Amino acid sequence: MTTEREPGSSMPLPSLAPTEFVGSSEPTVVSTEPSPIREFLSKRGSGRLADTSFAVVMLVCALSIFAIVLFIFFILISRSKLSLIAFGWKFFMRSAWDPVSGDFGALPFIVGTLETSFLALLMAVPLALGVAVFLTELCPRSLRAPISFLTELLAAIPSVVYGLWAVFVLVPIMREHLGPFFAKTLGWTGLFGGANFGVGLLTASIILAIMILPVISSLTRDIMTAVPNSQREGVLALGATRWEMIRTGVLRNSRIGIVGAIMLGLGRALGETMAVTMVIGNHAEIAKSLFAPGYTLASVIANEFSEATDNLYLSALIEIGLALFLVTIVVNAIARLMVWAVTRGAPARVA
Amino acid sequence: MGVGIQVENLNAWYGTTHTLQDINLHIPANHATALIGPSGCGKSTFVRCLNRMHETNPIARATGVIKMGDLDIYKDASPVEIRRRVGMVFQRPNPFPTMSIYDNVASGLKLNGFRNRRILDETVERSLKQAALWEEVKDDLKKKSGASLSGGQQQRMCIARALAVDPEVLLMDEPASALDPVSTSKIEDLIFQLKSQYTIVIVTHNMQQAARVAENTGFFLNGKMVEFDSTHKIFTNPRDKRTEDYITGRFG
Ligand SMILES: Nc1ncnc2c1ncn2[C@@H]1O[C@H](COP(=O)(O)OP(=O)(O)OP(=O)(O)O)[C@@H](O)[C@H]1O
Ligand SMILES: [Mg+2]
Repeated sequence: MTTEREPGSSMPLPSLAPTEFVGSSEPTVVSTEPSPIREFLSKRGSGRLADTSFAVVMLVCALSIFAIVLFIFFILISRSKLSLIAFGWKFFMRSAWDPVSGDFGALPFIVGTLETSFLALLMAVPLALGVAVFLTELCPRSLRAPISFLTELLAAIPSVVYGLWAVFVLVPIMREHLGPFFAKTLGWTGLFGGANFGVGLLTASIILAIMILPVISSLTRDIMTAVPNSQREGVLALGATRWEMIRTGVLRNSRIGIVGAIMLGLGRALGETMAVTMVIGNHAEIAKSLFAPGYTLASVIANEFSEATDNLYLSALIEIGLALFLVTIVVNAIARLMVWAVTRGAPARVA
Repeated sequence: MGVGIQVENLNAWYGTTHTLQDINLHIPANHATALIGPSGCGKSTFVRCLNRMHETNPIARATGVIKMGDLDIYKDASPVEIRRRVGMVFQRPNPFPTMSIYDNVASGLKLNGFRNRRILDETVERSLKQAALWEEVKDDLKKKSGASLSGGQQQRMCIARALAVDPEVLLMDEPASALDPVSTSKIEDLIFQLKSQYTIVIVTHNMQQAARVAENTGFFLNGKMVEFDSTHKIFTNPRDKRTEDYITGRFG
């Protein structure tokens, strides 16, 4: 072989006579007997029936989701008719809640629900992302399984147990240590004023944050594990530090999944009943201070459903359920919009 | 300008498997050096030691000295600094799928905090031109995802991405294994042009390719470097019988 050659010029390839590959002139022996494999295959149906029925079954599964949602919506509307007629759509804007005189409004509950859920997200998301990043990118192998197991265990604890723990542990800590600390350091914001009994919006938010943390972190961890190593290597090879690699090579690739994980956490926070009811103070008033007791949509239904004796009261509580349903839908829609706005400029993911 | 690399007594392991054994060689600056050898002989492992990617594998380990100019890359610098100066193109293209073509090419600069639009634009254009991809993508640089390109285009984009950070050394691990003959010859032309400014190490299974682009060639076998010499010598008059067997295709 010679080597002194111009760039691009090709080396002589081992000579292959082209005629060896182009249609040979020799007559091919065609067996008259059909091959068993072909015979077997020719007996198989066209598969059209199987394909169609498969598609139909899958369509039914997908539609069933719509059906269930519509059905729930319909029941909520029909059962809250009395209250809908009495207060109209203003119900969602009114602050009154007086079962004795039959005056109802959902605003304090809506505010309480949104406030606690978003505070919970604010605390849980950075923590959950930190846990996931640590588990997938930094953690020594031997620690990975135990920590994952512990986080998943957190998700399996029943909410009433969280509630009990909050009542006996979190509430006193809040009253004696955390509360005064916040009042001193962040009192100027006005968010930490007034009496601090240990129960209230902030305590409820903290317990919610603890409850949604494992959901968000374990989903995020799974999503981040699914990012192929070639992505990490691609970024590292450009001279990225560990953090830059995680940001560009891992978090960026999993951002849509992470938003999904956060939405699942938010869904749980919006609807969480038991633990919140035990520590939020159950007081239907919109307060500026996070120490103040509040109420959520889910807790008021749980607390008052058995006491609701007259029809208007019952119907108002069901309309609270409707409000929770709508809040969930609106919040999810806003989140989708936000994802869309963030990823709009970026090219669609292909693979 | 490129910089030469001196490798002394390099040993590498995956777990307890001794993958590279006592590798010694000098890779001269501003030349292309080809590495050949049968599959699994350790070429990729060797190349990954040169930019410290080897150590990103938790079970991997390496000993020995690798010097880039006067710099001992395992002692005097962090892996991040080394990788900024030693670019790499992988065996399989790995575009960043959430980024546009532009962002893919600019990613090395951007993640280092480089924000000057004008220079970014120029660099992206220059790198894509060097990688012979510019004409094909210039109209939808920011519209198309890097993953929407064909395999060969992706590979050239990855080359552009590596070139955009203007490394002194460029490691190419079978850059053309996924490419058609036209893209392959474009990449070979590219290597030929780049040689004057960069030190290039190219792993290849294609003997003719090694002969076309590289001044020096190293032959690896079972984790050892059997022979390292000028490409001409390796292909016309190898010292070692095993080298001769391999390049003439008589090998096992
Ligand atoms: N991530 C890994 N974990 C364990 N062993 C590995 C790993 N990567 C490579 N090896 C082993 O190291 C040896 C050398 O592999 P390497 O990838 O360096 O070969 P190569 O010469 O690049 O081969 P090819 O030409 O097929 O790319 C092989 O025996 C392989 O089994
Ligand atoms: Mg390889």
